Amino acid sequence: MDKIEIGGLVFDPAWLPKLGEGLVVTLEITGLCIAIGIVLGLVLAILRVYGRGPLYWLSSLYVQFFRGTPLLVQLLMIYYGLPSWGIVLSPFLSGVIALGLNTAAYQAEYFRGAIQAIPRGQMLAARSLGMKRAQAIRYIILPQALRLVIPPWSNELILMLKYSSIVYMVTVMDLMGAAKTIAARTFRYFEVFILVALIYLAIVFLLSWLLRRLEERVRVPGLGIERGSAH
Amino acid sequence: MGNGYTSRKGEVVLRVEDLHKRYGREEVLKGVSFEVRRGETKVIIGPSGTGKSTLLRCITRLTEPDRGRIWLGDIEVTGRGVDLNRVRASIGFVFQDFNLFTHLTALDNVRIGLLKVKKLPKEKATEIALKQLEHVGLAHKADAYPAELSGGQQQRVAIARALAMEPKLILFDEPTSALDPELIGEVLDVMVALAKEGMTMVVVSHEMGFAGTVADEIIFMEGGVIVEQGPPDQLFRQPKHPRTAEFLHKITALYGETG
Amino acid sequence: MDLEGLLIIGRNLPLFLRATLLNLGLLAGLISLGFLVGIPIALLQVYGVRPLRVLASAWEGFFRGVPALVLLFLFFFGPAQFGVQLSAFTAAVLALGFRSSGYQSQIFRGAIQSIPRGQMLAARSIGMSRLQAIRWVILPQALRLAIPAWSNEFSSVIKDTTLAYAIGVNEVLRHVRYITDRYYELAMPAYLTVALIFLVLTYGGNWLLGRLERRLALPGFQMRGVETAH
Repeated sequence: MDKIEIGGLVFDPAWLPKLGEGLVVTLEITGLCIAIGIVLGLVLAILRVYGRGPLYWLSSLYVQFFRGTPLLVQLLMIYYGLPSWGIVLSPFLSGVIALGLNTAAYQAEYFRGAIQAIPRGQMLAARSLGMKRAQAIRYIILPQALRLVIPPWSNELILMLKYSSIVYMVTVMDLMGAAKTIAARTFRYFEVFILVALIYLAIVFLLSWLLRRLEERVRVPGLGIERGSAH
Repeated sequence: MGNGYTSRKGEVVLRVEDLHKRYGREEVLKGVSFEVRRGETKVIIGPSGTGKSTLLRCITRLTEPDRGRIWLGDIEVTGRGVDLNRVRASIGFVFQDFNLFTHLTALDNVRIGLLKVKKLPKEKATEIALKQLEHVGLAHKADAYPAELSGGQQQRVAIARALAMEPKLILFDEPTSALDPELIGEVLDVMVALAKEGMTMVVVSHEMGFAGTVADEIIFMEGGVIVEQGPPDQLFRQPKHPRTAEFLHKITALYGETG
Repeated sequence: MDLEGLLIIGRNLPLFLRATLLNLGLLAGLISLGFLVGIPIALLQVYGVRPLRVLASAWEGFFRGVPALVLLFLFFFGPAQFGVQLSAFTAAVLALGFRSSGYQSQIFRGAIQSIPRGQMLAARSIGMSRLQAIRWVILPQALRLAIPAWSNEFSSVIKDTTLAYAIGVNEVLRHVRYITDRYYELAMPAYLTVALIFLVLTYGGNWLLGRLERRLALPGFQMRGVETAH
């Protein structure tokens, strides 16, 4: 196919397959790290709300460490640091784990906020029915908290999609990595990165739209869902 | 008070002619005309939702009227190229919910218009502001923030803020409706004193006692028009229009005495 | 890691700290740029005429929707392609600063919109022009309300300054790299040292902003914490 020229900028359709492959990697990493983040984040949140002693302190320390340090430093620690302790991970896995551990700390805070926003009476009522604490958390508190957490959680998902681009720095060929490679070869940095910016934008908008629909689907009357304003 | 004869000698300060305002399909003002002379107090009464507040806001074009003309003295407020900010600076406005500037102390609330609109030097502005706070009996609260004042005190500061600009007239939009009953008196007292001092005032109010004692003329509005107007004695005791009588009957049943 | 390793890290600590100053310089530049651009963007979105509102929203949407790294590359390599060579530092300030302006405008817009309408009305009623009302009544209140959310933005961008490493800004991660290139086995302690530096910076910065918030606090001002950001 011919190259396309728009206002002095030259775009080459030949870039697209490689960018497409990169996009798939980006989406894989985002999906996997979010999944790690949900599971670990929920555990951390429950420990921080209901845990005592070392469990509480350790979970708090974890959250504060991962929220207080740069994501890139965390990634480089895992990719370059862990091998000196005998743990060697592939670039892809390093990326997924770094992003997953990081987002877990943030998700934990959203979950914790949501759990604490559920009125005390809900737990009391559950216990008065004879439920165990764990049952009350599982059947009464979490179903409500998870609905409350959707808006900030949506922001987190979109944020991770964008932050996942840092994995190219440990040589993963994600969308960013593919773009960097093409740009370095063609010296069309501006065109390539404008194109990549638009691809990210399109996915961000698509995801926001899907998440808003999800939020509407699971809405329960009377359970307030506030839109989070985090980024 | 309520002595229409002497005050009617003042020149016309405000003239409103055939004012119309529509919100979507609902016509809130359907051609309202009246005059206010210097030193006069006019009280506008009527059921809620009949356009009284809209009328006041239209006078300074805080709400833009659809049709009609307004004069402040010989300046046409609705005229082309009029300096609205100057007009507004010379018409005081007291809101139902006070609208004191939340981030400013009582003193700064009164002073800010003098500093930023009238561009007075700081000492002069402070002097005037303190004098007006004293006027409403709140000089001792000069350093308090709105959140630290009762509703009645906030409204008095709002009145001082309006007074400080040395307005030609002051518009009061239900100044006591948002107040707890025990706080209404202190605000009405300030307003009665102002009327006595000869301030020109237009007051939208449900306080019939106040209307009866202070008003030179009462305007009864309903359904976006002025149904009847006249001195309190006449309007309260021998209303000409059956709707006025009906309204007064209802409001007496609700609030008791009508002055 | 042995004692020798510790000594190497210790010897390089002053160098790390000096490099971190560059991160702080970048932070100062980008957050000021974000503030100076973010405020007008927010004002246009709330008070502007329709075409300006749309433009302001597009600005915010673009800079919030595109990853920081993509922006860094756009601003560093983009102009060079047209004969304008920006230094890596300048490109980083512009890219991350405009990005921050998107987030900051969202924060300020929310704060402005949460101020009751009566405040504007009252300001206009004493004869202030729209601009005067914004300057003397709306902004002083909105900026106070925005501090908690703005603190989140602060902790987020201070960490993001490390991303400038990607375009070769001489910041702290680059200095770590100089060491780990020679002493491979020191990567973990070196990065942990950087992590510690940032822990101090983020939590220290937040503590300072908390103090600022309390100092500027006025009776009657609700400053609700907004969700924390990266």
